[in-house]
Amino acid sequence: MQVSKERVTVARAMVLALEHEGIKHIFGYPGAAICPFFDELIKSDIQNILVRHEANSGHAASGYARVTGKPAVCAATSGPGATNLITAIATAHMDSVPMIAITGQVLSSQLGRDAFQEADITGAAEPFVKHSFLVKNPNDIGEVIKKAFYIASTGRQGPVLIDVPMDIQKMEIEFEYPEKVEIRSYKPSFFGNKLQIKKAAEALKNSKKPLICAGGGILSSGACEQLKILSEKCDIPVIVTMMGIGSIPTNHKNYYGMLGIFGRKIANQALNACDLLIVLGARMSDRAVTTLASFDDTTVIHIDVDPAEIGKNAPVNIPIVGDVKTILEQFIAEVEPMTHDEWQSGLFINKTDFEAKANTFQSDYVSPKLMIKSICKALPQKRVICADVGSNQIWTANNIEIGEEGKFITSGGMGTMGFSFPAAIGAKCADKDAEVVAICGDGSFQMSFMELATAVQHGINVKIVVFVNNKLGMVREYQTNNYAGRHTMVDLSGSPDFLKLAEAYGINGETVSKNEQIVSAVENMVNANEPYLLQVIVDKNEKSLIV
Amino acid sequence: MKHTISILVENNAGVLARISGLFARRGFNIYSLAVGVTEDESVSRITIVADGDDYTLEQIEKQLNKLIDVIKVRTVKPDELLQRELVLIKVSCSAQQRHELISIAEITQAKISDISVDSMTLELSANESHLNNFQELLRPYGIKEVVRTGTIAIQKGTASLRI
Ligand SMILES: Cc1ncc(C[n+]2csc(CCOP(=O)(O)OP(=O)(O)O)c2C)c(N)n1
Repeated sequence: MQVSKERVTVARAMVLALEHEGIKHIFGYPGAAICPFFDELIKSDIQNILVRHEANSGHAASGYARVTGKPAVCAATSGPGATNLITAIATAHMDSVPMIAITGQVLSSQLGRDAFQEADITGAAEPFVKHSFLVKNPNDIGEVIKKAFYIASTGRQGPVLIDVPMDIQKMEIEFEYPEKVEIRSYKPSFFGNKLQIKKAAEALKNSKKPLICAGGGILSSGACEQLKILSEKCDIPVIVTMMGIGSIPTNHKNYYGMLGIFGRKIANQALNACDLLIVLGARMSDRAVTTLASFDDTTVIHIDVDPAEIGKNAPVNIPIVGDVKTILEQFIAEVEPMTHDEWQSGLFINKTDFEAKANTFQSDYVSPKLMIKSICKALPQKRVICADVGSNQIWTANNIEIGEEGKFITSGGMGTMGFSFPAAIGAKCADKDAEVVAICGDGSFQMSFMELATAVQHGINVKIVVFVNNKLGMVREYQTNNYAGRHTMVDLSGSPDFLKLAEAYGINGETVSKNEQIVSAVENMVNANEPYLLQVIVDKNEKSLIV
Repeated sequence: MKHTISILVENNAGVLARISGLFARRGFNIYSLAVGVTEDESVSRITIVADGDDYTLEQIEKQLNKLIDVIKVRTVKPDELLQRELVLIKVSCSAQQRHELISIAEITQAKISDISVDSMTLELSANESHLNNFQELLRPYGIKEVVRTGTIAIQKGTASLRI
């Protein structure tokens, strides 16, 4: 289709470009420098969701993108608006989430003069973006936006920042949105090297105790089906990183849970016992592999789209660079069906043993484990469960039940408190049919509860579960273990009654202070056709890792 | 160990900041850095001499390649490279010392670029160790100022780094 050029302002061109990219929602917060752009949104079908803090516009876009798999958009004004976005950009960057952040900038004639609300946001955000643009020539806008979407959504996905001075936004140009872009310096690899894949297949054939470690790359490349096929065809147990949760159904017989210092014992045991480790779209970060005694006797196959991740954190014998889904398809075609009865059954005994042991609950407080399990029982399969950071994240990660239609969303790399609730808002906007629950810590929730207003204003039906221990639980636990029990700066006295807080926003909810109350409370929450908040009273001494 | 890394980049605003920021952020040490436009005006060439073991070098190259504006990165073994650096050295020089300095310039193939009543500026293009020796030769006269460009490098023979 030949689109003819039209004479429009840059702001209008920005909106047209976003429409071309299929954008349906923008999460943002205004200020003079971004007003020309927001003004043009009035004429568009794109829904603008006003948040209550810019960081949360970014987190909402993250949640949105992690549901759709496509770039989502957040926007803020210059100066403080832009700097408030940085935490969200960094959070998206660490978790390889495709995101387009648009910021207004001071007049181009004022750039570099410390004008009112000027911040060098492309400079400040540089370590946290996949790429950024400062638009100085109004005629560049179409190409810049096209490139931004292309860069954000291909290769190892990530956030791209577009900074547009307000005078540029107002300028008139002859506009035509480019159909495609070529970036000669950016050519992400796609197919895996055939020889390497053959080598990997050979290694698998020779292995008696193979193990798959699945990371977020499985989800971002849409390779869940391929992961399942490989695991079943070759009878390989699967463990996951925090970001990889949901890449294979948690009730799959080959699933052994999350690895790492806060992971399941059985997952770490499998990691230490395997003779072949197949790492799929994972970084092997410090939090994931600290429990690893040594890789000396293990052959490691690492498949990742980002060559810089290969060999960065762990030694690798067979590296394969490219799109994980594509490579898995190549790999599956290369291997014969096989079984590993002895290896699997040994692990399986430990797995069932763990399940049985971990299902006894004390009764003075609510058991977080039971709470998470009960929520998962009550939710429809099409579910998005978001978790904050702290003990509540670990409780959720280790007890979540999630199938092929479900999603788990959390800030894995950055561990950004307050992420869960705004991410849930974004997730719900992305998929109205999914039941979306934000699991929060009482500390974390106090970093983003202002978004209760956003949920109410825009009628976004998210459910909120706040684990109340009146402490910054995970840090307190850390102090217990590393500072001889001296607890400083972790007491949350002065926190509100979260039910009353919800009520102030017109949101219903209830308190769960005993295990016996869980089932009916969860039922009420799931049945509510509007936001609903559960305040769940847990023991301040409850450990992150419930074994 | 020192490595000479040649980087072809898009001639865009902010590229240098992205590259130097990357080195700083990831703890890679830079000895010298030189930038200039190439035979293709849209492309600049950055030559960085950096320090690090094999792991560090591999990471530097991979991280550089991740920058969208970076077109190509290459590290070539020192013996396959022609390396040059330009230095301008201003030394104190009385009328009596001029002859001595002129003969040093002749022997070292340096150029005398500027002269005043009590100073002389010498110019030399050579590889790094030559320049270090040259600077030592001039030290006794009293060095007022040293300006070095940083190393640039090109592959020996027909091989070349192009986009
Ligand atoms: C923005 C931010 N600040 C500080 C931290 C450090 N931190 C990690 S966990 C944690 C405590 C979280 O407390 P809460 O949300 O109440 O959850 P709990 O551990 O009690 O479940 C803190 C402060 C962080 N991860 N993010």
